[in-house]
Amino acid sequence: MAESPLAQPVARPAPHGGVLAPYRAVLASRIRSQASYRTSFGLDLGSSLLVGLTELAEVAVLFTSVSAIGGFDLAAMLLVFGLADLCFSLADMVVGHCDNLPEYVRTGRLDVFYLRPQPLLLQLVTSDISLRRLARAAVGLVALVVGLVVNDLAWGAGAVGLLAVALVSGTVTFAALFVWAGGLQFFLVNGSEMTNAFVYGGRYAATQPGTVWGRPLVVVFGFFFPMAFTAYLPAATLLGLDTFAGLPDWAGWLAPVAAVWAWVAAGLSWRTGVRHYQGAGG
Amino acid sequence: MTSHIIETDGLTRTFRVREGVRRRTVVAVDDLSLRVEAGEAVGYIGANGAGKSTTIKMLCGILVPTSGEVRTCRLRPVAERRRLAREIGVVFGQRSQLWWDLPTGESFALLAAIHRLSPADAAARREELVERLELGEFLTTPVRQLSLGQRMRAEVAAALLHRPRLVILDEPTIGLDVLSKQRLREFLVTERRDHGTTLLLTTHDMGDVERLCDRVVLVDRGRTVHDGSLGALSRTVGAQRVMTVDLASSVPSLALPDGATHLGEEGHGLRHRIGFDPDRVTAAAVLAAVSADAEVLDLSIEEPDVEDVVRRVYRSRR
Repeated sequence: MAESPLAQPVARPAPHGGVLAPYRAVLASRIRSQASYRTSFGLDLGSSLLVGLTELAEVAVLFTSVSAIGGFDLAAMLLVFGLADLCFSLADMVVGHCDNLPEYVRTGRLDVFYLRPQPLLLQLVTSDISLRRLARAAVGLVALVVGLVVNDLAWGAGAVGLLAVALVSGTVTFAALFVWAGGLQFFLVNGSEMTNAFVYGGRYAATQPGTVWGRPLVVVFGFFFPMAFTAYLPAATLLGLDTFAGLPDWAGWLAPVAAVWAWVAAGLSWRTGVRHYQGAGG
Repeated sequence: MTSHIIETDGLTRTFRVREGVRRRTVVAVDDLSLRVEAGEAVGYIGANGAGKSTTIKMLCGILVPTSGEVRTCRLRPVAERRRLAREIGVVFGQRSQLWWDLPTGESFALLAAIHRLSPADAAARREELVERLELGEFLTTPVRQLSLGQRMRAEVAAALLHRPRLVILDEPTIGLDVLSKQRLREFLVTERRDHGTTLLLTTHDMGDVERLCDRVVLVDRGRTVHDGSLGALSRTVGAQRVMTVDLASSVPSLALPDGATHLGEEGHGLRHRIGFDPDRVTAAAVLAAVSADAEVLDLSIEEPDVEDVVRRVYRSRR
């Protein structure tokens, strides 16, 4: 057969609008659609709020019987919880549907993505947005703000900078976790059972100080799934508290490195998954 | 350089399937070499599991071939999928491109944004499709409330909005009533005539093949067993049309012209079934012969269906 990527097969008008316009259009329509079913949206917000509050209450209950966990008192724990939960909820809102990949495969929505001129992963990520998670993010935000107020923080450019870096990196890291899970679900039958262990287990681990973990947990949630870098280490650096695994006290600043690693792993997982789906081995 | 819009050479796809603890290799598409010229309309038919969907997925870049070459619109489907997406439109009978919770018209607006069509171009094309597929009455209805016939028409419009040169339809008329089938076929004929669109369709419906396709490719167990006109296929396997006549008076036997055979009678000679080969004798000639023997009260003519043709081909091969 002739080697034939011969220029343009047919004259087509240049694409109209920006490269991002397709994603914006789909996301805007998802948002309008969710907002238009008011009662249902209200109920969703309510249940999401309840989940957030329950998890916050868990932390509070723990501190009725102990005064500190791994060198973190209730005030410090609020900061860790707030950071972790806010980042997780934001990531869940934007890319949380990625770990629902088997549904996309079963209903053929994934095949439909193949018929559109955008990268698959970007289409998947922007195919939906769960606004109801805003309620849970609000719980995280409140915990974070309270945590910042009740702790004796040395406010300055450094603290504000670290907080901003932690929030962005944490959200990006959790987002990677969902994509990581999505890639694995191409292989696993009932894959969500397994991936929930590290997605939701990871979220839970992120709300805990790493100083209480045994060695296996340090390996798994400290570094492999870098949950310690989303909230606990930035908080430890902010408050001048103990870090784990012999890390320096400025380890909180390494949050972006963790985010990059998480995305490298997520990208590999997704690529391998897609190749498996297409039957190209892998 | 060729003008082939689809070009495959030795295209093969195998799957590993698990049977208990053992694994077995199944050949879904076996050494398929297919050429489709721009502007052709090809019916790609075969029994379930003959490899039709696998072929389509390889043509669109969803599946990577195990071996062999494939070019669709002169592009490599997997490597150049995103460019190819601008050139082809695909209707999968079983999977929807529409957003089920949005009004039908809004799905078209989103697809126009996804394909980055200019507002003027999108509006003109949309108007054309709405008119020809008669979508106007349900543009504001959410997709989930559409009837099957309405939804299929909307799916076809969704796949054709970006003016693809090649349209692939996988079972487009499955489950549709006679009128909906008719409308859809008429639309596809018009689209092809006006825009030179190439059609490739899989179907179980002989009516689709007869009214839409000038070429039939029949596959069996991943291999091509016929490639040519439908008439040639029917002649090869001897598929006949069957005329059933109800007569006013009982006649034990009929004098039939060449090319027609008596298949049987019921009701003591009041109803007769006659098979005839449309290439050798017309329905009118058969009817005239019958009318010479008795008054005809009613008649019906059955087309050979794809299933029947396929069964005959398969039987002759096994």
